[in-house]
Amino acid sequence: MLSIKNLHATADGKSILKGINLEIPAGEVHAIMGPNGSGKSTLSHVLAGRDGYEITEGEVIFDGDSLLDKKPEDRARAGVFLAFQYPVELPGVSNVYFLKAALNAIRKSRGEDPLDAMDFMKLAREKAKLVELDEGLVKRAVNAGFSGGEKKRNEIFQMAMLEPKLAILDETDSGLDIDALATVSKGVNALRDKARSMLIITHYQRLLDYIVPDVVHVLVNGQIARTGDKELAKELESKGYADYTGRAVS
Amino acid sequence: MSSTEQIQDRLKQDYDAGFVTDIEQDFAPPGLSEDIIRFISAKKEEPDWLLEYRLKAYRLWTTMTEPTWAKVKVASVDYQKISYYAAPKEGPKSLDEVDPEILETFEKLGIPLHERAALAGVAVDAVFDSVSVATTFKGKLGEMGVIFCSFSEAVAEHPELIKKYLGSVVPSTDNFYAALNAAVFTDGSFVYIPKGVKCPMELSTYFRINAANTGQFERTLIIADEGSHVSYLEGCTAPMRDENQLHAAVVELVAHKDAEIKYSTVQNWYPGNKDGVGGIYNFVTKRGLCEGERSKISWTQVETGSSITWKYPSCILKGDYSVGEFFSVAISNNYQQADTGTKMIHLGKGTKSTIVSKGITAGHGQQTYRGQVRIGKNADNARNYTQCDSLLLGDSCGAHTIPYVEVKNKSATLEHEATTSKIGEDQLFYCRQRGLSEEDAVNLIVNGFCKEVLKELPMEFAVEAQKLLEVSLEGAVG
Repeated sequence: MLSIKNLHATADGKSILKGINLEIPAGEVHAIMGPNGSGKSTLSHVLAGRDGYEITEGEVIFDGDSLLDKKPEDRARAGVFLAFQYPVELPGVSNVYFLKAALNAIRKSRGEDPLDAMDFMKLAREKAKLVELDEGLVKRAVNAGFSGGEKKRNEIFQMAMLEPKLAILDETDSGLDIDALATVSKGVNALRDKARSMLIITHYQRLLDYIVPDVVHVLVNGQIARTGDKELAKELESKGYADYTGRAVS
Repeated sequence: MSSTEQIQDRLKQDYDAGFVTDIEQDFAPPGLSEDIIRFISAKKEEPDWLLEYRLKAYRLWTTMTEPTWAKVKVASVDYQKISYYAAPKEGPKSLDEVDPEILETFEKLGIPLHERAALAGVAVDAVFDSVSVATTFKGKLGEMGVIFCSFSEAVAEHPELIKKYLGSVVPSTDNFYAALNAAVFTDGSFVYIPKGVKCPMELSTYFRINAANTGQFERTLIIADEGSHVSYLEGCTAPMRDENQLHAAVVELVAHKDAEIKYSTVQNWYPGNKDGVGGIYNFVTKRGLCEGERSKISWTQVETGSSITWKYPSCILKGDYSVGEFFSVAISNNYQQADTGTKMIHLGKGTKSTIVSKGITAGHGQQTYRGQVRIGKNADNARNYTQCDSLLLGDSCGAHTIPYVEVKNKSATLEHEATTSKIGEDQLFYCRQRGLSEEDAVNLIVNGFCKEVLKELPMEFAVEAQKLLEVSLEGAVG
């Protein structure tokens, strides 16, 4: 599904990704862990096509196509979804209106008819239940005045609506209390599918107790330092990243 | 491509309404003098008192100077080069007799008088340059006692109303442009809603400046008698020309006891080209008087056109417990300049006003919100809420907020909120990551920003306004 080969990226002339190699087959859930500043969020931004990064080397193949020369909206339409670490507020733009526009843009790119308001609302109600997002929030302006937990649940709700082939979850656990973490994870697990790959970026092992990954990678200083199974995450939790960075992590 | 480059790259917009209709016109020779005013008055077969009113205003105007306090750069206007009267030669007597080319013009603007008016339930008084060419639905309105006609017609048929109310809210002494308008106004709309009547349809006027080198000086007067309701919409477009054209209108509203007037404007005068050449100077005086108790006047404006806008639709809240509202969306793209806002003058007890202003600037646009809230000494427990939000697209535009507040009664409550924000890269990226194109993302964000105002527009025009916002911001992504 996703194949990253020798990916190098810089931001403001500073080298951040220094040769990433990563293969995520369809249906697998991979986790990327790493200390602050290791390049985790940069990787998610580069995959989604955010401005401000320069790809200096390497390639990314998604679903058989080169991803890096596509515009962000075309990547989204091809099935790449990024759950933001800091979901953005869009004052005055209702969640349903926003999602309907997004879903229909994606459907249009696939040559499908747009969903009408009735069908859309039916789908939205059904998917909102996955993350226990109440209808009030579904109809409110996108993320405006949402709590941290509500914003993250809204991200997963959007993911459920847009049904991506590749879901990248960028520190979805940050800012969540334990109950919210359980709810969000439940929603994510419900979306695990043999046709859908996931890349879960996190700082802490905690999230991986709820969303159990098939493969765990350790990202340090812009490179994958080690790859293992879910036990690797537990090891990192107890030992920290000191073995990789040469310094203790509090 | 960086977002700045994208702005530059895509700041190309075509003005859809920029065509010229080729018909014979009756012009007044350029220039302004007492003779010209006599010419206009004679052409319109006006009574002597109105000619006197004009001449008095003209004499006053010659002693006045243009206001310079607005934050706009204006090339000087040569008032002797403007032709003050242009009318299609053949006066149409019914819609069938209207010059097909004129109808086509309206057609291009999306207002086919025949069908759409009927379909939408809108009565349209279309002003083509200076003379009202067609008024629809007059019969139906007439049955309810509603008068909706061109200003000239009102002068002929309802002189007592005109005499009573003309200049009662905006006297010709008010300002330079109001005086000029009082001297040379050629036509406009007149509305009278009798006691207790709720006008059954939206009344609408489309103004359009066609002839080159003519100013348009229309005059609108709306009277809502006790307990009546009316919703009125004006839409404006003008063809593309290199030179600047002057538009100095006066709108007066009077709401008696328990009456309500809702006045909505969609202004799409030609804004000039992308380098700031040409475009309309939109110097307009609009004011409403809440004369009676519990009366209400509500201004809603969507201002996307004109090269320079100088406009402050205001309310004088004279009646106790009267209510004034001002909802505004203004867009300044390319080299457009706008200095706009409102005045809320609280005179009566328990008067209430709400101001919501949304300014959007892009390209090299410059925009100023200028508002005044005045609480008089007898206005016990008056309340005002003001909210001014500015949204910037790109790095070369500017937004300014200048609120004036004058309170002479200690029981008043005033609130003021103001924000300035840029469309964030993060907002755009968020939308695009969900599959929306950059342009759709901007439209979505801008519409969200303007929502509080757009929802005030009558339903059938909200859609039009939304489209206009999109056209006005075409390419202004950033």
